[in-house]
Amino acid sequence: MARMMESETFVNYALPDEHGNFGRFGGTFAPETLMPAIGELVTAYEEAKADAAFQAEIDRLAASYVGRPTPLYEATRFAAEVSGGNGPRVFLKREDLAHTGAHKINNALGQALLAKRMGKQRIIAETGAGQHGVATATACALLGLDCIVYMGEVDVHRQSLNVFRMRLLGAEVIPVTSGSKTLKDAINEAIRDWVTNVDETYYIFGTVAGMHPYPMMVRDFQSVIGREARQQVLDITGALPSAITACVGGGSNAMGLFHAFIPDTDVEIIGVEAGGHGLDTGQHAATLVAGEEGVLHGSWSYILEDENGQILETHSISAGLDYPGVGPELSYLKSTGRADFVSVTDEEALEGFKLLCRTEGIIPALESSHAIYHAAQMAKRMSPNETLLVNLSGRGDKDMHTVAEALGVSL
Amino acid sequence: MTTTTPIPSRIRDTLDAIHEDGRSALLPFVTAGYPTMETCEATILAMVEAGADGFEIGIPFSDPIADGPTVQHTSQVALANGTSLTDCIALVARLREAGVTVPIMLMGYVNPVIKYGIERYVADCARAGVDGFIVPDLPIEESDRMLEPCREHGRDLIFMVAPTSTDQRLDLVGEHGSGFVYCVSVKGVTGARDSIAEGLGDYLDRIRQHTDLPLIVGFGISTPEHARQVGQHADGVIVASAMINYMNTLPETDQPAGAAAFVRYIRGEAELPSE
Ligand SMILES: Cc1ncc(COP(=O)(O)O)c(C=O)c1O
Repeated sequence: MARMMESETFVNYALPDEHGNFGRFGGTFAPETLMPAIGELVTAYEEAKADAAFQAEIDRLAASYVGRPTPLYEATRFAAEVSGGNGPRVFLKREDLAHTGAHKINNALGQALLAKRMGKQRIIAETGAGQHGVATATACALLGLDCIVYMGEVDVHRQSLNVFRMRLLGAEVIPVTSGSKTLKDAINEAIRDWVTNVDETYYIFGTVAGMHPYPMMVRDFQSVIGREARQQVLDITGALPSAITACVGGGSNAMGLFHAFIPDTDVEIIGVEAGGHGLDTGQHAATLVAGEEGVLHGSWSYILEDENGQILETHSISAGLDYPGVGPELSYLKSTGRADFVSVTDEEALEGFKLLCRTEGIIPALESSHAIYHAAQMAKRMSPNETLLVNLSGRGDKDMHTVAEALGVSL
Repeated sequence: MTTTTPIPSRIRDTLDAIHEDGRSALLPFVTAGYPTMETCEATILAMVEAGADGFEIGIPFSDPIADGPTVQHTSQVALANGTSLTDCIALVARLREAGVTVPIMLMGYVNPVIKYGIERYVADCARAGVDGFIVPDLPIEESDRMLEPCREHGRDLIFMVAPTSTDQRLDLVGEHGSGFVYCVSVKGVTGARDSIAEGLGDYLDRIRQHTDLPLIVGFGISTPEHARQVGQHADGVIVASAMINYMNTLPETDQPAGAAAFVRYIRGEAELPSE
């Protein structure tokens, strides 16, 4: 009976509603100055979405520039190692092979094309690890748009290689010195820029959080991951996977994979958050696992806050997961029980990182390593007739300094 | 024009009376707990003496997206001092006990209010003597959850409008807002500015066509000349960053007197004592 009700809720899944709500999550908690611009963005996106020429342009660049479809790779040595040869088939969706080395390009390119269509020449973006900044700078170089990237001063130092990449690509990188000087502050500063330069500026937001329409729009641009992977698994195994998993920062690679599978209620969905030094230390970024409902950056969702509703500073070894908010749609999937969320510590993520390097010759991003580690734990409990699908959201080249430092190696 | 059903409102009555007098209202902004709660309280009392017509008291927040560097800094200092939402409400209660009768508005981002509980917040504030609320990240679309408790407790929910607001949105603010309309003077965040925005008069006259609520202008009002120019089209001004910047040049013990001097300065009654 429970299963039937669940199916009815999800078979014709079509959220968000016209106000950008996923159940009680989502919405538009934005300053009035932005509200008309947000309204225009909603309309422009709806028109673009319905325009076959816009979709064709995305498909053309996805194929010839991004390298889509990305492969689905069966990680047999990894699977054998973690389950002693008696576990499920494990498939990796290779977003690490997309141009710029992560899934972030799917969204950045889609939004840059939308900005161009709206006649906005000035692009702003925020970045934490620098992957979304690099993807946005890349899309802007491709389309001839001006690009300004806000990045917390702490991250500018942690991710200096990506700062260099962005500047090579023609972007201006502005270090943010307010607040905790990390991703959430970079988002604050980008919103302040947008409020100030709203007429000529398009804000390319990097994940499925934030105010409507971003959670919907970014998900749509990323949902190509799950559409491809679902078909690829069907083609290879003749059946849907038993479970799918992805790491969750803001949630864009996770929603990108999960969206196509929401109606397939027999497919278990699991998101993996950053457990940092451990949930009990308070130094983590496990928003869905350990947070509460509230509003950050324009939407009602789970957030990490103190007893006075002030937003907490987070910690993760992976800068891309180091964020005290999360997308409202993931909050909805959690609240309905359609998806489950777990956390993986820095140390465990490093273990996952090394395991994939050693068994498959693939160096994953530290973000993705969280999903890899949890996939290994899941595989131990699954049987040979099952299939596990993991989103490998990015490659690990950007993380060499961090990993070397964590392993006590000086480069 | 939308004629609002008159809800009993100390804010509106006060602003209407000032208008009848042919004056323009001056509503200083202070961040609760900045630089300390004691100095903040003394500063407000000194400004009451100097003739401030009401106050916007800011509740510090970790992520103030509508604020520029000056107000951001006050928020960070107040939070580092341990200022909580409960402390802000207690401040208002003490001001009322001290005999302050001018309107007091609390300005706070929505998340600390959600954490406190929206209904509990409005009820506790009403008991403490808060007259109205400004929530910069609660646009009209999301405001039902706050409007209902405000109606119940007879308090004003004050909406912001911006130069980008469409006529349709101005109508909605005229329909749902009370107390006054907070007219953001510029596209941008709070912060002192050298001049007032071009076209401000036309913008204010446009808002006037959509509501009979008093119009109060904020963001960037920095000099007596700004206040005078705005006064020709609106019912008053909110002054924040320019006053905070001035007070920051003074030793903490001199700040209450400095704030009083700044009120007389903006009024055009006196020069600013040179630093
Ligand atoms: C490779 C990779 N994976 C995951 C993330 C986390 O973002 P999201 O949760 O939006 O996918 C990032 C962010 O920078 C990333 O670079």
